[in-house]
Amino acid sequence: MNRDQLRRDILRGARDGLPIALGYFAVAFSLGITAKTAGLTAAQGFIASFLNHASAGEYALFSLIAAGAAFWEVAVVICITNARYLLMSAALSQKISPDTPFFHRPLIGFGITDEIFGLGVARPGWLSPVYLYSAFLVADLFWASGTATGITAGNILPASAVSALSVAIYGMFLAIIIPPARKDKVVLALVLISFAASLAFSVLPVVRELSTGMQTIILTVAISALAALLFPIKGKEGGAAA
Amino acid sequence: MRIYCYIAIAALVSLLIRVLPLTLIRKQITNPFLRSFLAYVPYVTLAVMTFPAIIHAAQSPVAGVAALIVGAVLAWLGAGLFPVAISCCAAVFLIELLLRLM
Repeated sequence: MNRDQLRRDILRGARDGLPIALGYFAVAFSLGITAKTAGLTAAQGFIASFLNHASAGEYALFSLIAAGAAFWEVAVVICITNARYLLMSAALSQKISPDTPFFHRPLIGFGITDEIFGLGVARPGWLSPVYLYSAFLVADLFWASGTATGITAGNILPASAVSALSVAIYGMFLAIIIPPARKDKVVLALVLISFAASLAFSVLPVVRELSTGMQTIILTVAISALAALLFPIKGKEGGAAA
Repeated sequence: MRIYCYIAIAALVSLLIRVLPLTLIRKQITNPFLRSFLAYVPYVTLAVMTFPAIIHAAQSPVAGVAALIVGAVLAWLGAGLFPVAISCCAAVFLIELLLRLM
């Protein structure tokens, strides 16, 4: 990759990482308030968030710390809340060019979050590792500092600002899934079915008791598998998927 | 010290979950079912996470619905990630401001 392309990918990554970072800051800020009640210092909150960067997983982690849970319980709960990253990691494995050196694979993996994954699949063709690193670093630094700020300065952001910022991430998801849905009827149907099924899971007895992470996994596997059976994608190999 | 142990365990488990599939699946998958499955996973998983969560993300569900509509329409018209995300925030901010004034 030449230097111009490298610079372009870094800049584009930072630009696309910024809306994620804003949303992250707001969410991490409220996460910081939870972390504080669990007894974490700002530095510990920063480290925990920088390394874990998973909202549901960290909420669970901080509650478990507050409850004085056993270490193995933390391992099990993190496995469950973060299991969807297994699927995302598997999906991204198909977007990595055969020419990409191996060391990029664990690094890209470390950076997987719902939003960074979204960015990765939003771009056609093979993944550009530096693009993802750039977006991830911007987003994760805001995520970690948001947590630290939440721990130190509980209530500086007015509730109205936190409320507004907390939908940024969902807006971004819409910007990723709607344009392909407009082009492809199967994707459009999938998006609508996923909305409906997810709504159903949030209100139906029994399933609504499952954690959101577990609901996401069940729905993703079931709906994607059904779609793959009914509408297998024909086409040549090579980064064309997703 | 105990808190650092908790953090280290959580970080290690998260890392393994994220890294294992990417490092173990090194080849392009040729099985049509698996290829299609992995191609559909992103749309389904992002859609499932967006709705109905967006409705409950804001303080008022009305503002959440407004954010959903604004975001979906702008994305349909081809607006980029940042404009869509910011417009959703603006929609929530304005609707909640209106609700407080009413």
